[in-house]
Amino acid sequence: MSWILAAPIIIPFATAVFAFLFRASLLGRWLSVAGTAALLLASAILMVEVLDQGVIAAQMGQWAAPFGITLVADLLSAVMVVITGITGLAVAVYALGDIDQGKEQLGYHALFQVLLAGVCGAFLTGDIFNLYVWFEVMLISSFGLLVLGGKKEQLDGGIKYVTLNLISTILFLAGVGLLYGLTGTLNMADLHSAVRAVENQGLLLVIAVMFIVAFGVKAALFPLFFWLPASYHTPAFSVSAIFAGLLTKVGVYALIRTFTLIFTTDVAYTHTILLWIAGFTMVTGVLGAAAMNDMRRILSFHIVSQIGYMILGLALYTPLAIVGAVFYLVHHIIVKANLFLVAGVAERIAGSTDLDRIGGLYRYAPFLGLLFLIPAFSLAGFPPLSGFWAKYVLVKASLDIGNYLIAGVALAVGLLTIYSMTKIWGYAFWKPHPRDVEPRLSRLSGHDRAALLIPIASLAALTCVIGFFPEPFVQFAERSAAQLLDPTAYIAAVLGDADAGQGAAALAMLEDVK
Amino acid sequence: MMNSIILNAATRLLTALLLLFSVYMLWRGHNLPGGGFIGGLIGATGFVLHAIAMGAEATRKALRHDPQNIAMIGLGVALFAGVFAAFDGDAFFTGQWLFFGATETDKGLPISTVLMFDVGVYLVVFGAILTLVLALEEEV
Repeated sequence: MSWILAAPIIIPFATAVFAFLFRASLLGRWLSVAGTAALLLASAILMVEVLDQGVIAAQMGQWAAPFGITLVADLLSAVMVVITGITGLAVAVYALGDIDQGKEQLGYHALFQVLLAGVCGAFLTGDIFNLYVWFEVMLISSFGLLVLGGKKEQLDGGIKYVTLNLISTILFLAGVGLLYGLTGTLNMADLHSAVRAVENQGLLLVIAVMFIVAFGVKAALFPLFFWLPASYHTPAFSVSAIFAGLLTKVGVYALIRTFTLIFTTDVAYTHTILLWIAGFTMVTGVLGAAAMNDMRRILSFHIVSQIGYMILGLALYTPLAIVGAVFYLVHHIIVKANLFLVAGVAERIAGSTDLDRIGGLYRYAPFLGLLFLIPAFSLAGFPPLSGFWAKYVLVKASLDIGNYLIAGVALAVGLLTIYSMTKIWGYAFWKPHPRDVEPRLSRLSGHDRAALLIPIASLAALTCVIGFFPEPFVQFAERSAAQLLDPTAYIAAVLGDADAGQGAAALAMLEDVK
Repeated sequence: MMNSIILNAATRLLTALLLLFSVYMLWRGHNLPGGGFIGGLIGATGFVLHAIAMGAEATRKALRHDPQNIAMIGLGVALFAGVFAAFDGDAFFTGQWLFFGATETDKGLPISTVLMFDVGVYLVVFGAILTLVLALEEEV
């Protein structure tokens, strides 16, 4: 059982090593695809275990719970790892047609795999300092991916990205240090009870706000989101897609984890801050998108606005709202990664992602039009696609507690999302191409066409499945939300009765030594 | 690259000495201050000195392998040290010990996956630092 928890971290690291050593030959890229497929398989097995047994935990190196590093998977962690496997595999296949040999030589596949390892590690760890380490792993590999190719605007975006993220990690580290000073533990399950015993609750709130800011930068929340639209439109499309799908969502995951497990001592205070942030994030993101004129920039701003919805779910902190947040998280990763992949194909056949310089995609590549419409409508919340259910649950949750203002904001932002999507549709798909190019899919070689379109079609199909059969997914989100709101199972799995005894005995021993 | 006879002559001696010292730091690391990270740094310093004295190209030749590959192999070694615990059915990264030639009174020569992990860290640090420094040295 302990190995299935470690497998989603081991597999990408091992793949990274081999993909790097064989980077000069074609073997490297296929190793990357095979490794991600293995990751997906491992994550599926993990999911089955978690569904079967509830929360599972394992102590790395057999160091008992509050002292060693625990890996733990509840339903939220498990589903996030599965989604990482799905988007990872889709992007790894897409990269076969998107990443040129030059980037492969520089180690694209190794960086990509290390990024996946970092993401999985962040989802699975039960230790807050270890979470910091995984954030660093992600930061290093994502910076490498971002500047790979070394174009001027890439470096420009990369510097902004890395500077702001470094500030965030330092703040995170400082918060962890203060928290450790207050409670003497870093294990998140142990922290749940430890923070309740803290006398100086005021300082605890300061730490909580530090975590909001630190994870807020990572998740691109208002007003700390500006690094995201400054950098996400610069790298290769595969890189954009995996960033858009997964990276900010790790920040959201960290917020959900810490603000349901640890910082729930003064919900009225912390979660009200989160609610305001969520509202402003939604509005600024969508307004920013409306002002942009490039497909990837528009989509980048939409990441920001969509993050607002997820934080809204967390901030309302009712069972239904958490259900909405979890559902939104899952749906959004698939849809957003897919939209960036579609933008990549549009650039390949029409020559640009700048809306003024392309057009005619609907006439000459209607299949791509269909593949764009599915995730775009889902993002905007058209029934019966997955985004509709996610938004519906969140709006209902806001109305249930009588917060009409935020429900109105959520609906208005949905409307503005449609505006942006129809703008892309109108400019890139309907309008004729300004230079009379015929952007046909047949301009791609057969190999590239398969590599680029199969992942897009698969993700679009998945969006449809979630949309047409939401029942099992909502039920899953309900179970997951129940686990989040009542962390007893999580804590019991991590600390365990026997283990807690061991910990106390060990502590007594230490006291004796002193 | 610096053209200095004194530096050139001293480097021949110092590089070997630094490498030797780095291995010493690596080995004593389990029980005393030292270990893979500091060992790797010291080892890399030896080749950095070599690169300053003889030029980056000569250092690449002396290294024989691409420093990036060295770093990645180090990652593999460290990972393998963690996975090794699977053979005994223990959790990931549980230290596995072999006391070579142990008797009733003497515990013999202890060999462990902990050391293997440290060797991995040594190679990662060594390779990563040299990747950076050689790239910078070639730019200048």
